[in-house]
Amino acid sequence: MRHIISVLMENEPGALSRVVGLFSQRGYNIESLTVAPTEDSTLSRLTVTTIGDDTVIEQITKQLNKLIDVVKLVDLTEGEHIERELMLIKIKATGAQRAEVKRTCDIFRGQIVDVTPAMYTVQLTGTSDKLDAFIDAIGASAILEVVRSGVSGIARGERVLSV
Amino acid sequence: MELLSGGEMIMRALKEEGVKMIFGYPGGAVLHIYDALYQQDAVEHILVRHEQAAVHAADGFARSTGEVGVSLVTSGPGATNAITGIATAYMDSIPLVVISGNVPSHLMGTDAFQETDMIGCCRPIVKHSFLVRSIEEIPSVMKKAFHIAKSGRPGPVVVDVPKDMTAPTEKRPFEYPETVKMRSYTPALKGHAGQIRKALDLLLEAKRPVIYAGGGVVLGDAAEELTAIAKRLGYPVTNTLMGLGAFPGSDDQFIGMLGMHGFYEANQAMHQADVIFAVGARFDDRVTNNPKKFCPNARIVHIDIDPASIQKTVRHIEVPLVGPVKPVLADMVEMLNQMDVEPDQDALSAWWETINGWREKHGLWTGDRFTRRDKIMPQDVIRTLYEVTNGEAFICSDVGQHQMFAAQYYKYDQPRQWINSGGLGTMGFGLPAAMGVQLAHPDRHVAVVTGEGSIQMCIEELSTCTQYNMPVKIINLNNAALGMVKQWQDMQYGGRYAASTYADSLPDFVKLAQAYGHVGMIVTDPSELKAKMEECFAMKDRVVFMDIYIDPDEHVYPMQIPTGSMKDMILSKTERTK
Repeated sequence: MRHIISVLMENEPGALSRVVGLFSQRGYNIESLTVAPTEDSTLSRLTVTTIGDDTVIEQITKQLNKLIDVVKLVDLTEGEHIERELMLIKIKATGAQRAEVKRTCDIFRGQIVDVTPAMYTVQLTGTSDKLDAFIDAIGASAILEVVRSGVSGIARGERVLSV
Repeated sequence: MELLSGGEMIMRALKEEGVKMIFGYPGGAVLHIYDALYQQDAVEHILVRHEQAAVHAADGFARSTGEVGVSLVTSGPGATNAITGIATAYMDSIPLVVISGNVPSHLMGTDAFQETDMIGCCRPIVKHSFLVRSIEEIPSVMKKAFHIAKSGRPGPVVVDVPKDMTAPTEKRPFEYPETVKMRSYTPALKGHAGQIRKALDLLLEAKRPVIYAGGGVVLGDAAEELTAIAKRLGYPVTNTLMGLGAFPGSDDQFIGMLGMHGFYEANQAMHQADVIFAVGARFDDRVTNNPKKFCPNARIVHIDIDPASIQKTVRHIEVPLVGPVKPVLADMVEMLNQMDVEPDQDALSAWWETINGWREKHGLWTGDRFTRRDKIMPQDVIRTLYEVTNGEAFICSDVGQHQMFAAQYYKYDQPRQWINSGGLGTMGFGLPAAMGVQLAHPDRHVAVVTGEGSIQMCIEELSTCTQYNMPVKIINLNNAALGMVKQWQDMQYGGRYAASTYADSLPDFVKLAQAYGHVGMIVTDPSELKAKMEECFAMKDRVVFMDIYIDPDEHVYPMQIPTGSMKDMILSKTERTK
């Protein structure tokens, strides 16, 4: 099953390599990974999406917790949560295709953030599934370039991950 | 406030931590530190002959005392040579602080002479590591390094120090922190009272209980508490390879080591048990055999300081209990004394009857099956060692068949008496580890049980033994082959000895020992074994190298049958369990 694990860790050099190293060393899978400092500059928040059965996910959370730089973590998929990913995508847009791309973009609530006579750059946010669906709708032949941020997530309601 | 250079700060930090002795090897990147070392007298330095040995010696020191072992190595090859030692300590959870030099900060990342990314190299084999980025942070980094190394589940911590951080001209205010607080690191100090109660309830329901104790009991200084609860309950106790000495080996309640080369009675008892009390043990693959077939009827209580050890391989843990074993066991004994319930004595005596039956039939200590007149049997060497040292020596083992024989046939009554690389299985560990043990215990007998394969991996340390007068006794079980490799080749590869023999090219170990200024002895006749060994241990101030020619065809038994359950074992070259 797919899990989104959110980690608060010390904003120290080398901390990220410990997390990434742990995953490769123990053979855990990383679907996506994002990391950036939080409002408290001493802390970074890392979100990793991974796939594994209960045994694997239990070990991942325990092994992450063992890292000295990790302050706290939560498996967001254990409860109600919001997940978002940002995508920037360059799409061929000429002739009749130009209007079609614009329409698809509107349906997905994307924004066109850069334009040339031959292409659009579209910014889209949503769940990973939604971004996948947009890519499908556009079709591989029209896509020039894709960049995705990886998943960020936060729990719904009053539960917070903080120190 | 006092002004010190980074090099001086490191030495002062060691003094503040109560370190009396460090093991190291100098080189360009650590010369400032060595100069600071030269100008103080709180910390003694032992110059080894290879950095791997510096870490193993610090490790032996730590294992035998419970204190943090310290090594100091230079950048580049010094640091990478230390890696095997660090990995060895990591796998066995040994508290170490390894200080490595690095090139000056402005050269880092430029492929400078003797530069290596030590933090990157050691990342998967350390509990934590620090790269010193400013002179000012040295006191707090050192304080944290020691705190992390020894608390919680212990482990090695690397402190990587660029050369410019230790320059004698750069002095900064020095104040050593008294306490350390890290929001991201708060190991458990006690067990959960509710879980302790549940554990006791389950233990008292047992009809066929086994206490399965591991290295955590030794590391956590909980042998006394373990013995107390085992005695109070009257349950059989088995120790893992790392746990030997956690419960007295010569006690009747001890049913031997368990696992791949464990005792028949221990493996059988585990498999048939209805309740298993796992204490500071991690259900290692060399213990469980196939985890899917592991002890199908057992309800399991598992105490461990490391939550990640619980349910890692064996999933059916009924009562997990996270905490340091010492206070948890102490709380259990206290709670037990207040409870009005006793174990089921009828069931227990029936259970003991069954176990004693197994013991009589296949027990390794029953009878005299390994005494032969024509050749020296390795088992007999260990039994003789046990007799000659009165069971009181520190036994530092290398890795291979001799290690298993030393685990099976020496009865360890004290924790920390048995020193071996259990997790990583590092050949070459024995001699340097024994140096650390001998320096920590100058008045005790320290024996290295080794083979002609393992001993050659760190044999250069015979020179260190000369320099610092460390009279270790080397018991070399010489079968002129890599015995454990050869055993597997016998059993699984049709006796094709690929790269496991070298009989014609072995050195004359007697002359080799003499070349280093030590005593060498050769033993080929079983009838001389005991007398020669007595002679060896009578030479209190000398290193003695006993080169003992053993039966080269002997295998280690029992041996669990791969992919089977605990109870599936090969018992000899001709017998196996059904």
